[in-house]
Amino acid sequence: MTLEVRNLQTHFHTKAGVVRAVDGVSFSVAEGKILGLVGESGSGKSVTGFSIMGLVDPPGRIVGGQVLFQGRDIVGLPEAEIRKLRGNRIAMIFQDPMMTLNPVLKVETQMIEAIRAHADVDRKTAWTRARDALGQVGIPSPEERLASYPHQFSGGMRQRVAIAIALLNKPDLIVADEPTTALDVTIQGQILYEVQKLARETRTALIWITHDLSVVASLADEICVMYAGRIVERGSVDEVLDAPAHPYTAGLIGSVPSRNAKGQPLTQIPGVMPSMLNLPSGCAFRLRCAHADARCEVAPPEPVGPRGVRCVRPLAGPRTGAAA
Amino acid sequence: MTVFIIRRLMQSGLVLLLMSLIVFFGVFAIGDPVEIFIAADADQAERERAIAALGLDRPIWEQYFFFVANALKGDLGRSFVFNMPSIDLILMRLPATLELALVAVAMSVLIGVPLGMYAGYRPDSVGAKTIMAGSIFGFSLPTFWVGLMLILIFAVELGWLPSTGRGELGTFLGVQSSLFTWNGLSHLFLPALNLALFNISLVIRLTRAGMRENLPMDYVKFARAKGLSQRRVVLVHVLKNILIPIVTVVGLEIGQVIAFAVVTETIFAWPGMGKLIIDSINNLDRPVIVAYLLIIVIMFIVINLIVDILYSILDPRVRLGDMGK
Ligand SMILES: Nc1ncnc2c1ncn2[C@@H]1O[C@H](COP(=O)(O)OP(=O)(O)O)[C@@H](O)[C@H]1O
Ligand SMILES: [Mg+2]
Repeated sequence: MTLEVRNLQTHFHTKAGVVRAVDGVSFSVAEGKILGLVGESGSGKSVTGFSIMGLVDPPGRIVGGQVLFQGRDIVGLPEAEIRKLRGNRIAMIFQDPMMTLNPVLKVETQMIEAIRAHADVDRKTAWTRARDALGQVGIPSPEERLASYPHQFSGGMRQRVAIAIALLNKPDLIVADEPTTALDVTIQGQILYEVQKLARETRTALIWITHDLSVVASLADEICVMYAGRIVERGSVDEVLDAPAHPYTAGLIGSVPSRNAKGQPLTQIPGVMPSMLNLPSGCAFRLRCAHADARCEVAPPEPVGPRGVRCVRPLAGPRTGAAA
Repeated sequence: MTVFIIRRLMQSGLVLLLMSLIVFFGVFAIGDPVEIFIAADADQAERERAIAALGLDRPIWEQYFFFVANALKGDLGRSFVFNMPSIDLILMRLPATLELALVAVAMSVLIGVPLGMYAGYRPDSVGAKTIMAGSIFGFSLPTFWVGLMLILIFAVELGWLPSTGRGELGTFLGVQSSLFTWNGLSHLFLPALNLALFNISLVIRLTRAGMRENLPMDYVKFARAKGLSQRRVVLVHVLKNILIPIVTVVGLEIGQVIAFAVVTETIFAWPGMGKLIIDSINNLDRPVIVAYLLIIVIMFIVINLIVDILYSILDPRVRLGDMGK
């Protein structure tokens, strides 16, 4: 198993109180597999990604759980140790390509330093590898582009550069945090296709974070649906999308257009995500849930196993996690 | 780039012409130097001879055109007091002021940037809070008072450093300066620190603000996600972004420091242009005042040009061709 996250808890100690941004999340990704991490904005997906990278900044802190990377728990490793993994064995792609590259450094500088942070190679060798990586992600005339600054690239091209940087050291795991959200649809499609191809070819494990179910539908092997810092449903793509068990998942599916439901009106999940400082007791979703009743006021059991749901009154699909 | 510089030089010429008008007529308005030079008991004939000798009997327009024509030949008039070309007089004093200003600006960067970076990197530490409190003093205490205190403490009480004059001059590559001898440097230290204090505070606050603004940005997190050392992230990625506003401010500081040197030079008896201009104003030595002001204007123009060029080197998003339009 490339990555196994066990009962991860990342909390932010703010003046207003403790924000349990990630509150007991468990999942795993195997070599060459793609996991889709899905949920509305604010559900704790990015914080989960940063926790894996060891990049949670104060007031946030990992307060519990384990992040087992190739069997080794990397939570609480000394900075120097975790830095050897970052950008080397585990890479991350960020959401907004306009913001992730340093505006005042040439692309080649930003690529070469990423190689030389982990390998003792001369600049020339590093430059060649950087050029090849740019070519690999479909950037035309990579030699010239290396000498450019980020502002000379379009958004889609910048994200390709960021992806090329993530691929530079042939990582075993890539955390992609909504990398196509800021791009327009055609470019989104190209990038999805290419990343999938690259991940399959290199057998890299990939965590693809998104709020858009239709994106993971064509991409992922497995899906974890997150709500208010917890995973509320997990399963293979087909299981989750064809027979969602959690009303929240069903709501997410109902809110995106699909081929199967052509002509039917889109539905929306009523209400907004509750404040993380002030979650309802029991099931965090129950105040927005059409199916909720008195039983939902006690916390539903943890979903376990490859197919599970955190709900005492699931729709179709599996029974509660405890029974699965 | 070339187009930019040519356009800039043309603009500068215009600015210089306007400034010469303002300065020349402005200085005319402030009083009649003849009263100061001519003995009170001189008779009318003597008076008129003196006035004619100074060229002051001509109409003011004619004096101005005469002045401009000479200025274009590099002659900015003769000092009434020293009876020598005012430009020579100023250029003689220029190195003293320049070395003072240069050291003051260097101090403001070399002290201000590291302190500001630390204060921005660890904003809640005791060190950062001390630095920020100190910078408030640097901002608000008047230069002359700080200068007197520096003299009192380091020269009078402790006796560590001299407090007047330039000390020994050394020669290096044909330039004479107190930068090149230990004795000269010891003379330079207190006045330069005095002159730098305000700017150190300014650079500290600017750098700290830049750190606070840049550290939470995505590009910093991405740089860390690549596995770079914190050192490289801060000293290369963040510093390079912060330097852009700092270069602008430091550039403007050079001009401001030269202008403010007047106070410091007076307190530390530093034989620079500032002291000369104060004496010249007291004596209504018009040619010297005019020449001084014009040289200051030229200096500002040159500094701004250099700042703009540096700016474009530091920030690839700025293209010089688009500036100054
Ligand atoms: N620096 C922070 N301080 C306080 N709370 C934070 C901070 N960063 C994130 N959070 C909280 O963590 C929660 C999850 O955020 P995030 O992981 O960014 O959501 P997502 O990526 O799913 O949109 C948010 O509700 C937010 O309030
Ligand atoms: Mg996010």
